[in-house]
This record gives sequence, structure tokens and C-alpha cells, in this order.
Amino acid sequence: MNEKSVNEIIRMENISKSFPGVKALQDINFSVKPSTVHALIGENGAGKSTLIKVLMGVYGNKYEGKIFVEGKEVQIQGPQHAKGLGLLAIYQDIAMAPHLTVGENFFLGRLPVKGAAVNWKKVYEDTEKILNDLGIHVDVRKKLSDLTVAQQEMVSIAKAASEDAKLVIFDEPTALLTDEDTQMLFGIIRQLKARGIGIIYISHRLEELFEICDEVTVLKDGKYAGHKMISETNTDELVSMMVGRELSNMYDITHAEIGETALEVKNLTKNGVFEDISFQVHKGEILGMFGLVGSGRTEIVRTIFGAEKYDTGSVFVNGKDVKITKPTDAIDCGIGLLPENRREQGLCLHMSVKHNVNLASYDNISKADRINLTTERENAEKYKEAIRIKTPSLEQLVRNLSGGNQQKVVIGKWLCKKSDILIFDEPTVGVDVNAKREIYKLLEELIHQGNAVILISSYLPEVLGLSNRVCVFSEGRLVGEISEEEIRNTPSQELEKKAVLMASGIV
Amino acid sequence: MKFIKGKKGALSSATLVLILVVLCVALAVVKPVFIKPTNLFNVLRTTSITGLIAIGMTCVIITGGIDLSVGAVVGLSSVLCGILMKENGWPVFPALLVTVLVCLLVGLINGVLIHYGKIPAFIATLGTMQMSRGLAMFITQGRTIPGLPQEFTRFAQLKILSLPSLFVVWVLVILVASYILKYTRTGRNIYSIGSNMEASRLSGIKLAPTICFTYMFNALCAALAGILLTARITSAQPSAGEGYEMTAIAAAVIGGASLAGAEGTIIGTVLGACIMAVLQNGGNLLGINGFIMDIATGALVVIAVLIEKNKKK
Repeated sequence: MNEKSVNEIIRMENISKSFPGVKALQDINFSVKPSTVHALIGENGAGKSTLIKVLMGVYGNKYEGKIFVEGKEVQIQGPQHAKGLGLLAIYQDIAMAPHLTVGENFFLGRLPVKGAAVNWKKVYEDTEKILNDLGIHVDVRKKLSDLTVAQQEMVSIAKAASEDAKLVIFDEPTALLTDEDTQMLFGIIRQLKARGIGIIYISHRLEELFEICDEVTVLKDGKYAGHKMISETNTDELVSMMVGRELSNMYDITHAEIGETALEVKNLTKNGVFEDISFQVHKGEILGMFGLVGSGRTEIVRTIFGAEKYDTGSVFVNGKDVKITKPTDAIDCGIGLLPENRREQGLCLHMSVKHNVNLASYDNISKADRINLTTERENAEKYKEAIRIKTPSLEQLVRNLSGGNQQKVVIGKWLCKKSDILIFDEPTVGVDVNAKREIYKLLEELIHQGNAVILISSYLPEVLGLSNRVCVFSEGRLVGEISEEEIRNTPSQELEKKAVLMASGIV
Repeated sequence: MKFIKGKKGALSSATLVLILVVLCVALAVVKPVFIKPTNLFNVLRTTSITGLIAIGMTCVIITGGIDLSVGAVVGLSSVLCGILMKENGWPVFPALLVTVLVCLLVGLINGVLIHYGKIPAFIATLGTMQMSRGLAMFITQGRTIPGLPQEFTRFAQLKILSLPSLFVVWVLVILVASYILKYTRTGRNIYSIGSNMEASRLSGIKLAPTICFTYMFNALCAALAGILLTARITSAQPSAGEGYEMTAIAAAVIGGASLAGAEGTIIGTVLGACIMAVLQNGGNLLGINGFIMDIATGALVVIAVLIEKNKKK
């Protein structure tokens, strides 16, 4: 008979989870005791979300290892099963109905009835009581969308708490909250603790952990990297556990000669999103942009590309002040953007490789609207060869290609358009190792041809290994730069630690 | 004609041709009058009119949109022909020119509402449908205008290369549309927008001109259909074209177009329109109740979509 401690709400033993080509989790042990706030930290891609998803049944029973809830072993079948076991997760996207009132949302699916009619009095009275007990004061008859984002989040937490949760998982809960709201959130968490609920707290904001958490587990590259009681550690130690790996020569590329400034951004500001961003990128250079969730890097480059509007600031391309208000403006200046979400923003999945490679170039290969079919085909062939896109034919629909090859098609699109300032936003996410190597080689070729490259990456070895220098962003601000010299001369462990500390707003 | 073969639809062109051939053969055996020239030419004439609208509709559906106003535009163009030619004695050419321009304006309004106004296509074209029909009714105060001038109506009876003139017009539009979709930048943009509007925008594709063109082209097809219909029945009717938008959508869907966008071919739509026409004619010849035919057509559309869904799995 398994004598597992019933003093644990959940216990995860030897959890492993793989995806094609990627070992997301390897042999993880993790447990949460009642009335405890247990932090789970690690870099982007460390495996935190995957671990939570395994627990919450997102992958059904497709995982290896054992999970125990209150001492009893369970095989999580799916999200409903997890919910039934008293496991609740609060994600960044608030999963409630915005057009319904607070009370209606609270009792969604379980409205109390009086005879044949809904007992609205009870709905609103009960909701108000539960919210007040947790210190939340909102008008329960108001539409959810009329509340502030912070209030919506509070309501969502209260709802989770009212549904007999045994374990509540918070994933980046303070990303959208002010300091005041954060304190209110912490108040609620303490109340949940007092009720005996176990809490998993995921956050990049390391200082917060010292305010609200009791213990912390660190993940790194899908593996367990350490556990500490909060009272016995500090941010420095935690960051050390999160970073530092063996050197891999995958990121060793030959850098090129740096030329003149290709792109310059001055005091770029978008109220509420990013502030006073200024940097330069030169020909032949790879400028890395590192930061954590919410740092604003994607929003900044999208703004440079004209996909979003900005409030103040200026953009210079090859020394000229350009007014970029839509993507066409940026593209005409020679800028190309590989979006973070390639499937939704970079490719027309129903169309062929040939079509997608030429996607930005049809203006160039048409006369009076008639396409030069030979050029169209030649373009596709040329870049298929040049970037080694693996496809049985140019007519193959892009949705049938692997992630790595899809990414190459997007790169091909900008090469075909002869863009010389290329912005890569997380280019190797979801890409297998071989394709990653090929993309890195491509980056090397690009800079040797005199192109300027901006590389957004949340994976430290990648961004520190490939870039000439790295700008570090935190919460919409450019907090500092790691120079070429530093990258060359500092040991990687120390370098990575510095980057994470800067990105966390510490230092 | 290799020229017309476009991308594969869900029910591949080959399957559709097979179905069409089987239907024709079966009908010819059971009711030999089917293949008599008089009957065939009549079928061709009727199909040409609804088929014209289906061509424009295919382009709209490929962009991921829909246009419910085409039937009303048929009525509007019919009324304009009557008012200008019969009641105001305009010569044929200027009258047709103004008719086409007014209908193009409706198409432009659709395009502007949908792209700039960001109104869902269904709602926008529902609105222009009501407005166009209302306008047609208003212009004639609900009356029909019989006895349109000979110089105009004579065209509908003409034979070009021993084929009905209406059919020849349809074939010309088929060729133009196929060319556009397969060989022009606008054609590529139509598919790109249907597949992924955001990726298209982020790749520098000009969305506004493409969308406006598509709805204006559709309106043009509807205008032509209305003009030819009016010539054929020699009278202008504000209620002309009622329900034509449904037939057009049905033909496109049977032909493999997906309402989600990015899929569809002209040849598929043509085959879809022909299959529906043969079924309709068969129903008439066999004396089957017209309402039963309506039910059958509806069922056919549903089945075609189910087959498309299943093939995707």
C-alpha cells in the first residue's frame, strides 16, 4: 500500500512529456502542501506551462509519471476531470463571458432556481457575499466588461475559489495589475491559504515571490533545477539556478563586418505599452532583443513595421526619417518582419509554397496586373534552393510543411522581396534542431550580405550566442544593453544571470 | 481546356464532371426530349443567367466573404433598363452603360462597408440587398415595364456560333474570371486574403482595392445577368432575381468553394451550376413537384458541404 503523505494536496512524480522532436519535461518531481504558496519559476521554455498543462488535463492522459491528489493516485483524463478533482487554474486570458453581469458569470452553468425561474436575488446576494468575504468590492449587477481588467481578474479568482478548489494555479497574475491591485491579489491569496488551499504561483517577477510565496521550485530546459524555501534564498541564487548551461557550438556563427546604421529608433513611445525606446541596428549586425513575458518587444517591432500605431518618437531608415503608418510603408523601406506567430500572421496556409514565397512580391512581378509566371516560379525555386526548404514540390500547400520549413518559407518571402532589414521574432520556436541549425546558418549568410538583423529571442543561449550585442527590455522599457565586449569576455553563466536580472527589473 | 483548370476543389472537378455526365445520360434515356436542341438551348439560357452571378459570387466567397445583394441588383438593373430605354427612350448603349455604373456603385458600397466599415459581409450585403430592392421598387412604384425596344430584346434571341447568345456571354465571363483568378496579381490577392487576411496585410498586400474590386466584379456579373434576363423576358421587373443569391452560393459550394475562404474555382462553380440546372430541368420534364425540387437542391448543397468536411479529416 502506497504510504504517500496526505499532507500534500498534489504530488507529481517522475513526470515526463515529449512532443515530436522536443523533450518538454524530463522526470519532474513537484508537490504542493495545503496552505502553501509554491512558486514555479524558470525561463521561457523551461517547462512551467507544460507541467501545469499536464496537471490540468490539457494533454489528457498522454504523459508519463504519477500524479497524486490528496494522497490518492489519479490518471488525469482531461480538463473536466482535473476540475472535478478540485484543481483550478487562472490564466492570463480571463475565461468568462464579458457581456454577462458579474453575478451571472459567477453562477454560469449553475444558476439557482426558484421553481421554474432563476432566483436572481440569490444570485446577486451570494455573489456579493463571496466577493466581500475576499475583500473584493464591485457592483455585482454590472456587466463584466464594464469592470477594470484588474477587477475582472479578481472576480475570476473569487469564482475559482468559490468552486471548492483544493489547488489554485496562478499563471503570471500580476502582469496586468497595478501595485495596489497586486496587494489586493496577495490579500486574496492569503485568504485562500487560510482555507487550506494549496497554491502554485508562476511569475517572472522574482521580487514578488519574496512577498507572497513560501517555497520555490526552479525548472530549466524541462528538467528539475532546484528547490528552496523562500526564507532561505535570494534572487541572485534563484537566477543562478535558472540559467547557465554547457556551451553548445550550435550558436557559433561567424560575425560580419559592421557597416553604417540601417535602422534607428528614437524615443518611440506607445502609451501604456512601451516608453522612450531608442536603439540602432547596423548593416551586417545581429541585434538581440531579450526580455521576459510582457516586456513589449513584439509590440515595439510590430510598431516599427507599421502593424501597430505609436504615439510619439521617430524611425530612421538609412538615415532618413520615415513615417511608417502601415506595413506597406515599412516594406517599401526594406523592412521585413517574421512574426512571432507564423501560422496566423506570416503565412497563407491554404496556398502553395510558390505563392507564399512570392506573397510580398506580386507587385514586383506583375505588369498591368498580369503576373510573369516564369519569374514567379523562378523566384520560388531560387529561394527553395537557397534556404533549403524541404518540400516535395513548389505546389505543396504550406500547411503540410513542418514548423521549421514553414518558417523558412516566411524567410524566403522577405528574401524574395529583397528586404535588407530583417526582424525575426522568436524564429526558432516550434522548430526542430536541424532546422534551427539551418536558420542560424541563414542568419550568418544574411549578415555577410550586409543585411541588418534584429533577433527577438527569449532563449538566452540563442540570443547571447548569435547576437553582436543584446538590448534588454523590461515592462516596456529598454533597461540596458549587453555589449559585444561583454558577450565575448564574460563567462556564459554570469552573462545569462546578468540578462535575467536586467529583464526582471532588478539591477 | 487546361487554361480553365484551377486549384482542386473538395469535390474534384473530375467527380463533378462525372456526376454531370451521369445525370445527363440518365435524363436523356428517361426523357429523350431533354437533349432536343429546343430544350437544351433553353436550359443553357436559364443557366447562363444564374451562372453569371455564380461566377462573381465565387470570387467573393474565395475572399472569405459573401454577397447577399446580387439578387436585388438583378432587379435594380432590370428596372433601370426599363426606365431608361422604354420610358425615356434612351438608345441601348448609353442605357446599359448607366445601368452597369449604378450596379458597380452598389458593389463599391459593399466593398467600402466591408473593408473600411469593418462590417461583416453578411450584414453589409443584407443591407445593400434591402436598399437595392427598395430602390428598384421605388423607381417603378412596384410596376413592371413591358415591351422593351426590339433593338435590345433581339440580342437574347441571337445565336452566336450556333449557341445561344446568353450562353456565349456567360462563357466570356467565365474566361475572364478564370484568367483573373489564375494569372493576375488581383487573383492571387483574392486567394491570399481569403486564406489569411492579417498575413496578407503584413506582407504588404493592398486589401482595399482587392476587396472593392471583388464586390464590384460581383455586382457587374449581377448587372449583366439582370440585363440579359430583361432582354429575354422583354420586360423590366423590380422583383427580378429574387432568390438568385442562394442559387449562386449553392452552385459555388457544390463546385467546391468554401465559405471559410481560400478555396474555390471557376470551373467548379460552372459544373455546380450545370448540375443544379440539369436537376431542375429533369424535375420539370419528369413532372416532379417544384417544391420537391427545392428540397432536393437544398439537400444537395448540404451533402456537398458534408463531403467537403469529411475529406478534410
